[in-house]
Amino acid sequence: MKKIRIRVERVYEVPLWLRIVIPIIAILVALSIIAIIFLIQGINPIIAYAEIFHDAFLTTYGIKFNVVKLIPLLLCSLGLSVAFKANVWNIGAEGQLLMGAIAATWIALFKLKGYPSYIVIPAMYVLGFIFGALWALIPALLKAKFEVNEIITTLMMNYIAMKLVLFLIYGPWRGTTTWKYPITDEFPAEAQLPLIPGTLIHWPSLLIALILVPVIYLFLKRTKIGYEISVFGLNPNAARYAGINKTKVLVIVMLISGGLAGIAGVGEVAGIHHRLRYPSSISSGYGYTAIITTWLAKLNPLLLLPTTFFFGGLLVGGDVIKIDLRLPSSVVYLFNGLILTSLVSSDILLRYRIRLLVVGEEDDKCHS
Amino acid sequence: MKSSKYYLSPFSQTLSSLKKGDIVVLMKGITKRFPGVIANYKIDFDLRYGEIHALLGENGAGKTTLVSILYGIHQPDEGEIYVYGKRVHFRSPRDAIRMGIGMVHQHPRLIDTLTVAENIALSLKDAPFINPVPNVEELIKEYSEKYGLKVDPKAKVWQLSAGEKQRVAILRTLISGAKILILDEPTTSLSPPERNDLFEAMKALVEEGASIIFISHKLKEVLGISDRITVLRKGRKVGTVSAEESSPELLIKMMLGESKPMSIGLGLGKAKDQLHKVGHKVGKKILEVHNLYVLGDRGEVAVKGVSFEVREGEIFGIVGVPGNGQRELVEAIVGLRKALKGVIRISGVDITNKGPLAVINMGVAYIPEDRIKYGLVLDLTIAENLILKDYRRPPFSGRIMLNTSYISKWCLDLMRRYDIKTPDINTPVKYLSGGNLQRVILAREFSHNPKLIIAFRPTYGLDVAATEYVQKLLLQEKQRGAAILLISEDLDEIIELSDRIAVMFEGKFMDIVPAGRADAERLGLMMMGVRFHEEDKDTCGKSL
Repeated sequence: MKKIRIRVERVYEVPLWLRIVIPIIAILVALSIIAIIFLIQGINPIIAYAEIFHDAFLTTYGIKFNVVKLIPLLLCSLGLSVAFKANVWNIGAEGQLLMGAIAATWIALFKLKGYPSYIVIPAMYVLGFIFGALWALIPALLKAKFEVNEIITTLMMNYIAMKLVLFLIYGPWRGTTTWKYPITDEFPAEAQLPLIPGTLIHWPSLLIALILVPVIYLFLKRTKIGYEISVFGLNPNAARYAGINKTKVLVIVMLISGGLAGIAGVGEVAGIHHRLRYPSSISSGYGYTAIITTWLAKLNPLLLLPTTFFFGGLLVGGDVIKIDLRLPSSVVYLFNGLILTSLVSSDILLRYRIRLLVVGEEDDKCHS
Repeated sequence: MKSSKYYLSPFSQTLSSLKKGDIVVLMKGITKRFPGVIANYKIDFDLRYGEIHALLGENGAGKTTLVSILYGIHQPDEGEIYVYGKRVHFRSPRDAIRMGIGMVHQHPRLIDTLTVAENIALSLKDAPFINPVPNVEELIKEYSEKYGLKVDPKAKVWQLSAGEKQRVAILRTLISGAKILILDEPTTSLSPPERNDLFEAMKALVEEGASIIFISHKLKEVLGISDRITVLRKGRKVGTVSAEESSPELLIKMMLGESKPMSIGLGLGKAKDQLHKVGHKVGKKILEVHNLYVLGDRGEVAVKGVSFEVREGEIFGIVGVPGNGQRELVEAIVGLRKALKGVIRISGVDITNKGPLAVINMGVAYIPEDRIKYGLVLDLTIAENLILKDYRRPPFSGRIMLNTSYISKWCLDLMRRYDIKTPDINTPVKYLSGGNLQRVILAREFSHNPKLIIAFRPTYGLDVAATEYVQKLLLQEKQRGAAILLISEDLDEIIELSDRIAVMFEGKFMDIVPAGRADAERLGLMMMGVRFHEEDKDTCGKSL
């Protein structure tokens, strides 16, 4: 009798097609797990997916909203690609985004109220970058000086930023014209970002993001600091041996990473909401979703365009899930989580190969 | 052996009925292909009960692949394996271990964050489930003493030197009760006396009924210890000879084929000889180390008041058993480790505790002990590895950007000059062979005519030809006028290359002797802490 035996082997050279196909399979796996949930709810998953896909990617309405969601995702992902390249796991883009939102609000409502927009808007972006960057600097310094794990500190600082926003909107910044709702007053017209007519696309943010795509790409590939970031990320011992300053690398990547998330936060409050409000209203988890888009793009800034567009579409699809399919929006988070999990675990398929062997049973006796 | 308490062999019956000369392992027609190479082609090999059977061959000859197949790491594409007369198919080392086969790897596979005892406890299937470590510590002490393999069972593995790790790996295999031992270049990191101790241990093991496969490319060792020798070349078996009927000349012919000159592998080649004979024009002091104290990883004082100087056109050799403070000394000089006390000057400039960048900027080349860990970034390309120390300055870069066109031109030039073989300059260096990896480091470090070269075990793990190449380069650099600090535990290499030799033991220099007066046996004893006075009356630094 013949027996089939499974053998797992290490693979060293992965062909290109496999590197493209495996992430796609991973996404399909996540989709089919969600399909089970659809089925339990009595919804035909094929129709549901068709509807989500159609609404998010094939209608002008959907694409408009898709781009609105792409802006913060792309800005956060660009920053994360720099941090991840240095093997620094910034999980705090969400909090850094909120700090950018706080900075924009402060400029718009308090610091530069009444100034013309050509002063207020650049000031919001600059201060948004600085707030986000400083928020990320704290974990960077803790890691550089005391070896504190940045995954924990950046994650925890998200909660601090959320509480800070809540404190401001319930406390000192609560609006005077908002019937005591926990939101600030509306931004003056000078502090509202211009939109592409007929959409919610605040184009200055989109422009910044699109310019940054090649800039960050070249920064990582062609500059001295980008080289130091790669060496440090791939082999910190070799970096030390080559005299690369660890603190400098950590600080630079976290400043860039946090700063870009901060800019994303400016775009959300100054472009869409025009006020500071509940953290979960400002950002529907962009800082976390950006981790997935960055990972999916293999830290390559150029590949962030398709991945953030795809995830922007999924977030729009989330609205479809909520409104048309009447499912809780948490299904979207579930979906995001499943995609990241299957992507991360699919990586192992790139490194190992499974082979089926047929062997005769008599050979098996001596070691069973 | 006491190990039976932990390890009950399922084939003890078979073992007791074996007599010397019975075949315990038989490998027939083993063929193994890896992408692009045939690592083993139709190799026949057998191991007899109670013998030491050496596998000899250059790097890449297929020795490690063959034993990896026996140990279950790889599965053969073709061929049959019999252990104690039974056909076996090992799916993993677990199957091999169950049959009493143990392997000590060239680079021991240990868990860095655990202690020695914990590492060994992990591999013992029958160790008590709760609190196994104290029992194991006892066992380690017992075995350590029995075979002269000194380790501290409570030390964490990451704190150990390469040599100490090797000892742990050997002890682990012994304690697991293996009867068929595979030793993959076990002597690479041992000093001559330690090596002799290991050989004593091997002989004792064989007496007690073990059979040993001993992999090496050192002829002297192979001839000294083995009963039979199998030579592999380019994945094929050249032949098996008994030790009595072989000679160094015969083995070299078998290893290298008829075409290669005989000089290779027999000490210095001709070219190297000529380089060596050029009288040494010793010049200015380049490196001065004065009364240096350095802490080790465990917070102990690892370097205790070392002073020396290295001059232009001189190779200053430091020899010692790994773990006697060499690593800490080197790391302090290159700025990777803080000095506790003392002064280090390069060309008269005090660089004590100024960090690695200050040392690089002084024009110091450093060939690190652990190439993979410190010397290279495996996922980056050759070009990116070659600029590791130069990317900061023009013409490699401007204020912000790297000058990629200059870098690739420079890189191609270095690859030609140092004969680095690669299919493509954008290949990540992880796909290069060991010899080529070392060439990448040498090309990077030597390309700017450094005035001081610190070479820490520069030929560790390299084959005969690559070793020859590295040694020749060092002699060329010396002739050019570089000051060279060479640290190695290979006494032969130190004696061959150095002008002056210091013996390091427990953080101190036992003595500094000119190469002309160096005597291998005496240096070997000094490495073990035996002190000699002028009149040759010895006081022991340590009881023998």
